[in-house]
Amino acid sequence: MLQFDKVVLAVDGFRLTADWSLPAGARVAVIGPSGAGKSTLLSAVAGFLAPQSGQVLWHGADLGPMDPGARPVTILFQDQNLFPHLTLSQNLGLGLRPDLRLSAGQIQQVESVLDRVGLAGMGTRKPAQLSGGQIGRAALARALLRARPVLLLDEPFAALGPALKAEMLTLVAEVAKDTGAVVMMVTHDPQDALAFAGQTVLVANGVAHPPQDTAALFANPPQALRDYLG
Amino acid sequence: MARRAVAITAAAVAAWVATLVLLPLAAVLWRAGAWPALAQGDGQALWFTLWQALLSAALSCLLAVPVARALARRQFLGRGALITLMGAPFLLPTIVAVMGLIAVFGRSGLINQGLAGLGLAPLSVYGAPGVILAHVFLNLPLAVRMCLQGWQAIPAERFRLAQSLGFAPAQVSRHLERPMLRAVLPGAFAVIFVLCLTSFAVALTLGGGPKATTVELAIYQAVRFDFDLGRAAMLSGVQVALCALVAAVVWHAVATPGFGAGLGRAPLLRVRGVRLMLADTLAIGGAALFLLLPLAAIGLRGLPGLSDLPPAVWQGASRSVAVALASTALTVPAALILALAVTKSGRGAGLMDAVALLPLASSGLVLGTGLFLLVQPFAAPSTLALPVTVAVNVALSLPFVYRLLVPEARIMQADYGRLSASLDLRGLAWLRLVALPRLARPLGFGAGVSAALSMGDLGVIALFASDQSATLPLVVQRLMAAYRLETAAGAALILVGLSFGLFWAFDTWGRRHAAI
Repeated sequence: MLQFDKVVLAVDGFRLTADWSLPAGARVAVIGPSGAGKSTLLSAVAGFLAPQSGQVLWHGADLGPMDPGARPVTILFQDQNLFPHLTLSQNLGLGLRPDLRLSAGQIQQVESVLDRVGLAGMGTRKPAQLSGGQIGRAALARALLRARPVLLLDEPFAALGPALKAEMLTLVAEVAKDTGAVVMMVTHDPQDALAFAGQTVLVANGVAHPPQDTAALFANPPQALRDYLG
Repeated sequence: MARRAVAITAAAVAAWVATLVLLPLAAVLWRAGAWPALAQGDGQALWFTLWQALLSAALSCLLAVPVARALARRQFLGRGALITLMGAPFLLPTIVAVMGLIAVFGRSGLINQGLAGLGLAPLSVYGAPGVILAHVFLNLPLAVRMCLQGWQAIPAERFRLAQSLGFAPAQVSRHLERPMLRAVLPGAFAVIFVLCLTSFAVALTLGGGPKATTVELAIYQAVRFDFDLGRAAMLSGVQVALCALVAAVVWHAVATPGFGAGLGRAPLLRVRGVRLMLADTLAIGGAALFLLLPLAAIGLRGLPGLSDLPPAVWQGASRSVAVALASTALTVPAALILALAVTKSGRGAGLMDAVALLPLASSGLVLGTGLFLLVQPFAAPSTLALPVTVAVNVALSLPFVYRLLVPEARIMQADYGRLSASLDLRGLAWLRLVALPRLARPLGFGAGVSAALSMGDLGVIALFASDQSATLPLVVQRLMAAYRLETAAGAALILVGLSFGLFWAFDTWGRRHAAI
């Protein structure tokens, strides 16, 4: 269970509060106007921003003292998810061992995950030789390898076309099912939320509201969401 | 734990550098006893030092921008070779560089022969104009290289975006180039300013007299001719205070440019128009002539002397190579550790930056004199000539390597810091997989600079060396003093070849391993 216990996040005069929790295996869309603090909320879980007060807990344990890499979390950023000077296999291998001293079994694992996401035979390529969709799949492949129980998506597919994005979301769903992970996905698109997430967190006016049923939320949107949807 | 280990290592390096710089200074001051009063000429020397350094640094930076921009956006045959050669004057042993400038701008040099042919009065390369000319000659290439690295660090995607938005050159300049220059130029200006504050061989050979004596030259005269350590210490104190001030100002002026990371594709900047083409041609051609003519002159003068070199030249050469490699092996890791610590941690970063630049505030002769005093009670200074030279060379080249690394390390941290942290990539694995590949280009260049500076250094060694421990620059200087000019020119050519060879080897390594 991922729990936000009276969390207050503060950055340069900006303030965001969250006080709710997500059960294991939950899939949540995080929606709201630009600058409302969607990425900030994810940063607090990933460990890039310490709460001013309150705690983020995983299964009752405070994540506060843990470094980003030690948390039970995988995060996909908007961009820079791969190191451009490393090959695809190396970028994926980092998910198994950060020092890349992989065993034969682990190398096999990288190969099979590449195959699984449709990048078979591309392990020796560098990110500059890949399309946006392929980069997205590679990042998800690494999430599969890391198999952390929390998966945070900070709009990694924002630049992709609808068909590719739908394909990515299907892949995310597979990854989530495989790893049993809690998924928090920042999105601008209500369709993404409806298609992917049973629940939605609305971030607006300094508050990350408790998750609500996505369909119900969009059927009867509160004022803040109505303003955003236009 | 790992983070603490990094912090402790960095603190240890910083403490070591501070000790290396401050202990000799303390020794000189302690020996001097009391603060003596300013001598008559010292105020004038201070004034000359300041304005010539300001003017030299400003001219170098001002001229570097159009040259670097032209090199960044033009592709032509021999571009790579020209960029490598652009590094030459800065890496040239100063005494050899001055020889080249005199050959071109001197009384019987190329320029004055041309003027005489036109029936015009000859120009003098001596005095204040000569000192500034030499400083620009020696430092313009450094400024060009620093700017060019800045240009190359702008991701190609930004240039593509600019093109797709139909930016005119003025808009490219405003949105891409000026933010980068704002980050690069203050550092370049500060380094060159401090370099000119403490440069001494140029003032010794082209300056002199009450109107063109620098503080550094005054220190040399106080130590060498008067053995007045008190006055030397007082003058050093003035210089240290000046340079500390510059370092403090620069720390606040240098900003990280807010560029995202590119995917490492080759820079792609196309500009059209005859006017810009003409301007770029003029910038590249003018700089190439100004920088390469003196180098060519050195080559022509030295060749005849090569046939008959005494064994002392070859012995000096092997000592110099050993000294250069040892200093490089110590300088580069120290600079890397300090640069990474300053980039990664907020706390103590200002102090570490100041420590890394601290050696610039000192001078070879002050450090050498101080170390001489420290060593003397325990051993004959001549037996420690080479280790002391290595120590001083490390101290004096550290700031350059550090300055080259910091902007690139900042960009690396901004682009890949969070990704590395989220993957738990840290410690030695992070160093091997992220930091070294991403910083290979500035590391290679920095190692080259360090090796060449160390190779050509003539300062401390003169205080310490016996015949058995003379380095090549000292051998050249002794040959010149003995008026064996042809042999001196030949030995100077060997010195130049070795300096450039070492630089080329390291720089090529860096470029070959640069992360793509």
